[in-house]
Amino acid sequence: MEKRYELNKNLAQMLKGGVIMDVTTPEQARIAQEAGACAVMALERIPADIRAAGGVSRMSDPAMIKGIQAAVSIPVMAKCRIGHFVEAQLLEAIEIDYIDESEVLSPADDKYHIDKTKFNVPFVCGAKDLGEALRRITEGAAMIRTKGEPGTGDVVQAVRHMRMMQSEIRRLVSMREDELFDAAKLLQVPYELVLYVHENGKLPVVNFAAGGVATPADAALMMQLGAEGVFVGSGIFKSGNPAKRAAAIVKAVTNYTDAKLIAELSENLGEAMVGINEQEIELLMAERGK
Amino acid sequence: MTIAVLAVQGDFAEHEDALRSLGADCFEIRQLSDLDRPFDGLVLPGGESTVQGKLLRELGLFEPLKRKIESGLPVFGTCAGLILLADKLSNDDNVYFAALPATVRRNAYGRQLGSFYAEEEFAGLGRIPMTFIRAPFIESVRDGAEVLAEVGGNIVAARKGSVLGIAFHPEVDESRAVHKYFLDMIK
Repeated sequence: MEKRYELNKNLAQMLKGGVIMDVTTPEQARIAQEAGACAVMALERIPADIRAAGGVSRMSDPAMIKGIQAAVSIPVMAKCRIGHFVEAQLLEAIEIDYIDESEVLSPADDKYHIDKTKFNVPFVCGAKDLGEALRRITEGAAMIRTKGEPGTGDVVQAVRHMRMMQSEIRRLVSMREDELFDAAKLLQVPYELVLYVHENGKLPVVNFAAGGVATPADAALMMQLGAEGVFVGSGIFKSGNPAKRAAAIVKAVTNYTDAKLIAELSENLGEAMVGINEQEIELLMAERGK
Repeated sequence: MTIAVLAVQGDFAEHEDALRSLGADCFEIRQLSDLDRPFDGLVLPGGESTVQGKLLRELGLFEPLKRKIESGLPVFGTCAGLILLADKLSNDDNVYFAALPATVRRNAYGRQLGSFYAEEEFAGLGRIPMTFIRAPFIESVRDGAEVLAEVGGNIVAARKGSVLGIAFHPEVDESRAVHKYFLDMIK
């Protein structure tokens, strides 16, 4: 099982510097792959539509996920509800490459997350701060992403989460070793993980940005703030020209410090998703699961 | 010795760590202007070959790098890097640098559940750790390409002259043997 976890963390390492795109059909999946996505997230409705539709949101139809698996050669991810370990078992049964235990869907359990150490397929989980990230890793997550505020096209929360996580990491690095025990207690996480962060200055797994990324500049912003790659959900297929915008975001992630190139990439991309400001929304998905 | 690491996507940072631990200098290639610096060898990291291949072309890196490889620049590709080096893919119409006379099968072990770890013989290096992540393998080699390692009857490492292609990821394991092998190729 130890090796399995290493292999699952390794897959996330291969995704680094890449863009993972939400897709709802095989056709969108092919557009995403063609545009340079390093993986796709298969789901029935993109977060903006989940938010608009309201109601209980669940794991996607396995037939729909299999259609997307058949359409592309890159890794395929899919979401299950927080705590819904049977949905996760089903995703493992259809040989998904990565499971996202996601706050975008309605939580199935308001206390416990899935014991991800019981699975052979890897999990990615959202986190708003270092404590959440390390708790998910303790439960077996092999990759972390910010939670952002899915489906809004507003990057403010992803920025907040990434800044929070990076500043807490810097704080741990600066501590004396005898202060780490108390830090572990306050973060509610195992001492060994706190020690790892102290010694290495980073999470023990790959850390992506997610939530509200809609433009090449948004993606580059998250990379400059310390993300190792980017999830783009509603931002692509809710925009005027998905293929062009997707390709531009991919290139912006590779050359995220080259402002001149990103300016060129940002020209004539068509309409960006309209988006909703943080203050205008009633349901804060990022508050699901801590 | 200076090694350029293709850094458009994938686990290039792990390769840089491995190379630096062996005393090599490295820098990243992300755009055309990065090729202005002189270098003695090129590493093509793991990642998604479709992404890397597309970015190589769109960032204008493909042709200049191809010319350098053809003129004898030592090059070392792992996983996606092997796919970029192969002159034939059995389950994909794309061909990239076509520098290694070998037929490579993409995602040859299936999805992530098929990813695995093994320890096997590598020509001249003894038993080394081998981590396969949604890996390809080499179905056959031609034109004097040399098989360096096999796992379960499948070729997982091959070399022809200055071109080294590996199906697994030596950059994610502790052993630096394969990276040292590559640096020795350059000397």
